[in-house]
Amino acid sequence: MSTLLEEMNQRALQAGVPLSVQFDVTYRCNERCVHCYLDHDDHGELTAREIMGVLDQLAEAGVFFLCFSGGEVLMRTDFFGILEYARRLLFCVKVKTNAFMIREKEADRLRELGVQSVQVSIYSHRPEVHDAITKLPGSLKRSLAGIRLLHARKVKVVIVDVLMRQNLQDALGVMALAKELGVEYTLDPTITPRMDGDRSILRLGIRQTDLRQVFRTPELVGDVEEVCAPPRAVDDSALDGVPCSAGHTFCYISPYGDVYPCVQFPLPTGNVRHERFLEIWKHSPQMNEVRSIHGRDLPTCSSCSHLGACTRCPGLAYMQGDMLGPSTQDCEKSFARTGIPSAHMLRRAADRVPASTGLVQIIGLQQPAAPALASAQ
Amino acid sequence: MGVDHLSALYIARSREVAARVLGGEMMIMSVRDSRLFNLNQVATMIWQAADGATTLEEIAQRICVEYDVEPGQALRDAEAFVQELARHGVLLVSDQPIQERTLDD
Ligand code: SF4
Ligand code: SF4
Repeated sequence: MSTLLEEMNQRALQAGVPLSVQFDVTYRCNERCVHCYLDHDDHGELTAREIMGVLDQLAEAGVFFLCFSGGEVLMRTDFFGILEYARRLLFCVKVKTNAFMIREKEADRLRELGVQSVQVSIYSHRPEVHDAITKLPGSLKRSLAGIRLLHARKVKVVIVDVLMRQNLQDALGVMALAKELGVEYTLDPTITPRMDGDRSILRLGIRQTDLRQVFRTPELVGDVEEVCAPPRAVDDSALDGVPCSAGHTFCYISPYGDVYPCVQFPLPTGNVRHERFLEIWKHSPQMNEVRSIHGRDLPTCSSCSHLGACTRCPGLAYMQGDMLGPSTQDCEKSFARTGIPSAHMLRRAADRVPASTGLVQIIGLQQPAAPALASAQ
Repeated sequence: MGVDHLSALYIARSREVAARVLGGEMMIMSVRDSRLFNLNQVATMIWQAADGATTLEEIAQRICVEYDVEPGQALRDAEAFVQELARHGVLLVSDQPIQERTLDD
């Protein structure tokens, strides 16, 4: 099946078809997760009618995979109407939710409407840890109840565990919990900067030594030898390849109608309130700029030994200030996996050693509060 | 259910699928088990004609006209295809016309 999926992706790439779209229908949420990158106030969400109009356009554009996310999708009382409309248009729909509001009725609806899967973030198997992250007392209990209702109806559920300093020690516990519930488990060690550019939440992310340990835990990553293998030689396929699906076969639509190459790549390319989706997808200069970038166009990464295997996210690089630059979080992952420093790390290290160095220096003056901030959460 | 009986049957698209035409070919996913199917042009034609009101035999006749194939061959191939998709719950098969079902049923 994966081969057919790859073939499908390849065909979409060649034909310039947006095969997948993530559509956030709201940024409002009943939880207040410590690591969330969103502003939860409603600044003028698309109405259900507007969303349905956009869905018509997405179907016309050839979108097959549609992910509804938020915020919490069920904060919208009209969500099931939107979902039903999407399924009538025969999208393959995935729903991301915290499952807090999923009771019998909602679980029945999700089953009837034939969603392909429901993804739920669970941060710990212990309420005191999970609820401290979501800042919503009782949330673990309610989310697990929601998952059980879905699983009982044979709706595929995937638990996503975002790893942070606060919950790292519980990763195997969440994994065991997923097994007990009969659902899938995936982990995500990446914290995304806030959409307003604030990078302070990155401090919640796990330390390099812990990341190393995660990549060496077979229960979490599978084949450690493969995951941690030294990078293979950079060849033309890496240099001529595109960084990821963002802007090529995938894009993101915000609750306000803004279209971005990816949820993690907030480069404005147009708004579906003012332009037709396909107009933005095909002709937006920003979308086309993203599309024009290949491995060999990246000043630092093209000379990095990790290029072929690196998960470099152009969106994170963009949020760091340069979509052609390296993404520090991915450099850290490459280093944690292999022990081999990235081209970016080597450059930074070289920059830090001035020609004549004084013996005593003040360094890192801008980040003195990291431990205090982390422990204050 | 034997292949011999299928031609007199009605076929309808299940509501438990996702489907889209990509580069002239129909991609279908069963949302029950995430199995993905890629249909060629003739299979796409059968899929699109599966309205619950048209018999498989009539659909096979259309294929003969459109693609200039021998009727027996068209029907045999169509039957095998329908059986395969029905096995995965992607097509519904009945000896009675199938009412088009909405997502609210
Ligand atoms: S690498 Fe980054 S920009 Fe690309 S699809 Fe993944 S999250 Fe989006
Ligand atoms: S490890 Fe860093 S420098 Fe190397 S390719 Fe990845 S993002 Fe670029």
